[in-house]
Amino acid sequence: MEASSLAITILWSLLFVYAMLGSLDFGAGFWGMVYGKNNQTNASIIANRFLSPAWEITNVFMVILVVSVITFFPFATTLLASILLVPVALGIFLLTVRTTFMVFEHHANRFRNVLLVTSGITGLLLPALLVSILPITLGGFVNFENEYPRLEYQELLTHPTLYMHVAFGLSTELFISAVFLMDYAKEAENWKAYHTFRKHATWLGPVSILIAVLTIGTFPEEAQWIVENIEANWLWFGLSVVFFLIGYGALFIKRSNGQRGFARLAVVAIIIQYGLAIYAYGSAHLPYLVYPDLTVEEGFTNANFYMMLIVYAVGFGILIPGFILFWKLFLKDRRYLKQE
Amino acid sequence: MDVVVMARALFGSSLGFHIIYATIGVGLPVMIIIAEVLYLIKKDSDYALMARRWTKGFAIILAVSIASGTIVGVMISLLFPNFMEIVGQVIALPFQMEIFAFLIEAVFMSIYLYAADRLPPKLRIVSIVAVALGAIASAVLITDVHAWMNTPAGFRVTPDGGITDVDTWAAFFNPSFVTSAFHVVFSAFMTVAFIIASIAALRLMRKNISEKERNYHKKALTIALYFGFITSMATAINGHETAQKLHEYNPRKLAAAEGLFETTRYAPLSIGGYASIEDQRVKYAIEIPYALSFLAADRFDTEVKGLNEWPEELWPPLYVHILFNIMVGIGSVLIVVAMFALFWKLVLKKEYPQWLLSLLVVGGPLAMIGIEAGWCFSCIGRQPWTITDVLRTGEAATRSNSVGILFILFITLYVTLIFATAFILKYYFKRNPVSNDLAKGES
Repeated sequence: MEASSLAITILWSLLFVYAMLGSLDFGAGFWGMVYGKNNQTNASIIANRFLSPAWEITNVFMVILVVSVITFFPFATTLLASILLVPVALGIFLLTVRTTFMVFEHHANRFRNVLLVTSGITGLLLPALLVSILPITLGGFVNFENEYPRLEYQELLTHPTLYMHVAFGLSTELFISAVFLMDYAKEAENWKAYHTFRKHATWLGPVSILIAVLTIGTFPEEAQWIVENIEANWLWFGLSVVFFLIGYGALFIKRSNGQRGFARLAVVAIIIQYGLAIYAYGSAHLPYLVYPDLTVEEGFTNANFYMMLIVYAVGFGILIPGFILFWKLFLKDRRYLKQE
Repeated sequence: MDVVVMARALFGSSLGFHIIYATIGVGLPVMIIIAEVLYLIKKDSDYALMARRWTKGFAIILAVSIASGTIVGVMISLLFPNFMEIVGQVIALPFQMEIFAFLIEAVFMSIYLYAADRLPPKLRIVSIVAVALGAIASAVLITDVHAWMNTPAGFRVTPDGGITDVDTWAAFFNPSFVTSAFHVVFSAFMTVAFIIASIAALRLMRKNISEKERNYHKKALTIALYFGFITSMATAINGHETAQKLHEYNPRKLAAAEGLFETTRYAPLSIGGYASIEDQRVKYAIEIPYALSFLAADRFDTEVKGLNEWPEELWPPLYVHILFNIMVGIGSVLIVVAMFALFWKLVLKKEYPQWLLSLLVVGGPLAMIGIEAGWCFSCIGRQPWTITDVLRTGEAATRSNSVGILFILFITLYVTLIFATAFILKYYFKRNPVSNDLAKGES
C-alpha cells in the first residue's frame, strides 16, 4: 500500500471510531434529556451513567482526528481551514458549552434540568454540524476568489443534500446510541430502560437506512463522480446492509429468560454495519479529499510518515491497559452499573 | 478591523483563557499526589480529605481545561493554516505525542474521579500519577512547538517557499525546548501552590472556625508553602537560563524585553518604566549597572545587542518590556513571600498574623497574572513573526472574513465560563464545607 493510502485509511479509521463514540456520547445526551424530566425514569440514569466517565475520551478522539489531518495532510490545512472555519468553530463552541455544562451539572444538582437540556440539544446540534462537513467535500460548494477558497454558504444552506445529510447523521446517531444503551441497560439488569431503548431502536433502524439511501439521491450535480464510485462499490454497501439485517433481527429474538432481543449481537453487528459503510464510502471518496480541488496525494505530508506511525502504535499501545481498566470499571463492574 | 489582527486577538484570548485552566491542570494533580503520599506516610485522614477535595475542584477545572484545550488546538489550525502547513511538515511529532498524553490524562482522570472508591489504594495512586504525568507531558510537548516557533530548527526553506531537509529530531530538540519546558512546568507548579496557599490563608483569616478545621487548613498551607517556595526558586533559576537562551538565540526579543536600543557592553538592567523610542532608553526605570550584561552571559563585559541592530519593522511592540517586568517582578515577590511565611512558621514558630495571611491571599491571583504576562511576553515578543525569521504572522493567518463574528462569540463564551467556573466551585464547596467532611470523619 502506498503511504498516502495508508494515511487516509488510518484517518478514516479514526473517523469511524469518532463517529461511533460521538454517536454514543451525543445520543446519550439526547436520551438523557428526553427521559430526564421525570426523575423516576431509569433510561435517563442509564444514559448519564455511561456519559459521565466517557465524554472526555470521546473529546480526545476529536482532537486526535484534527491532529491527524494536519500532520498526515499538512498541504490540506489551508484549504480545509478556510472552508471549514465557521462550521468547525461553531462545533467546538457547542462542544465546550456541552462538556463544561455537563461537568458543572455533576457538581451542582440544583441546575440539573437546565443543564440536561443543554446536553440534549447540543447532542443534536453538534452531530448535525459535524456531518454537514461531508457534503462540502463533494463539490459545488467551494469557489476561489483571488486564489483564496471560500465556502458558498447560500448555495450550501439552500441545497436539500445538506438537510438530508443532517437527517442521516441524526438518525444514525440515535439508532446507534439506542442499541448501545439497550445493551448497557442489560448489563445493569435494568429492564425498564432496556425496553425503552429497544423500542426506539426498532423504529430508528429502518428509518436510518431509508434516509441513507435517499441522501445519495440528493447529492449535488457536481458529485456525480462519487455516486458512480458508490455504485461501483455496491458489494461492500450490500454487505453493510446484511449486517444491518443481522443486527436489526437480533432485536427481535426471544431469549430463554423471556426478554426480547440479543443486545450484544445487535451492537456488534451494527458496529460492523457502519464500519463497512464508512470504509466503502471512504474508498468511493478517493482520490479526493475535497472535490475537485484537493486529492489525497496532493495533501500528503513529505515528512517521515513511518515515524508518525510508530508514535501512533506506541501511543495506543501504552493506552491499552488504561482502556481495559476503563472497560472493567465502567462497562462491566456491577457496583458501578447497578448503583442507586 | 484587519483580519490578521482579529485572528491574533481571537487566538490570543483563547490561549489566555486556556492557560488559566491548563496551568492549574498541570500543578494540581501533583499537589494531590503529595497529599495522597502524606496520607500513606502519616496516616492522618486530613490529607486524604485534602486529596479528595482538591480532586473535586480539579474535576471542574479539568473539564474547562480539556474543552478550552480542544478549542486552542482546533483554532490554531483554522486561524493560522499556513503556519500549520509548516508545522505539519516539520514539527508534527510533539503534536501527535501530545494527543496520547492527553488521552492518558483523560482515561485515568475518569478512573480516578468516578471509580476511586472501587480502586485499591495502590491503583488509586497509580491513576493520579498517570493523570499528573499525562498533564505534564502535554504541557512539555505543546511547549516544544512553542519553543520551536521561537527558535526554529530542523528544516530549510527553499527559494520558492517550500520546506526541505526536514530533521524531525533537530526540530524536536530545538535550542530553547528544554529550558522553556522546565519554565512552563515549574511556573505551573508554583502557581498552583500559591493558589492553594491563597485559599487556605483565606480560610484561616476567619475567626469563627473550629480548631480541627484550623489545623486542616494549616496543613494545606504548609504543603503549599514548601512546594511554592521550592518551585518558585526553581522557576527563577530556570528563568535565568531562559534569559540566557534569549541572549544566544533571540537577541532581538531580549533587547525588547529589557528596552535596550543600542548594542552595549557593561549593559545596565532597567527595572520598571517603559521603553521610549524617542529617548532611546527606558524611562522612569531603576537602573542596575552592568547587571544585564552579567545576566546575559555571566560576564560584566558581555555585549548585549540593542534593538537598533534591526530595522524597526522587525521590532516587537515595545510594551513587552512591561510584560517582562510583570512576570519577573511577580516571580521575585512570591519567592520572598513564601520564604518569609516559612521563616515565620519554622524560626519564629508563631501563628500567622492577619497581615501575612492577607499577603498570602493575594499570592495566588498574582501568580496567575505572572503566568499570563509570561505567555503574552513570549508570544508578543516574537512578533512580527509566527516562526522567528521564517514566517510572518501576516502570512500565517487566515483571510476569511468570518473571524470578527467568531471573536465576539468566543469572548462571550470565555467570560461566561470564567464566571460559571467560579460560581460552580463556590456553590459546590459551600454546600460541602470542610467542616462537614471533618465531622463525618469523626463519627
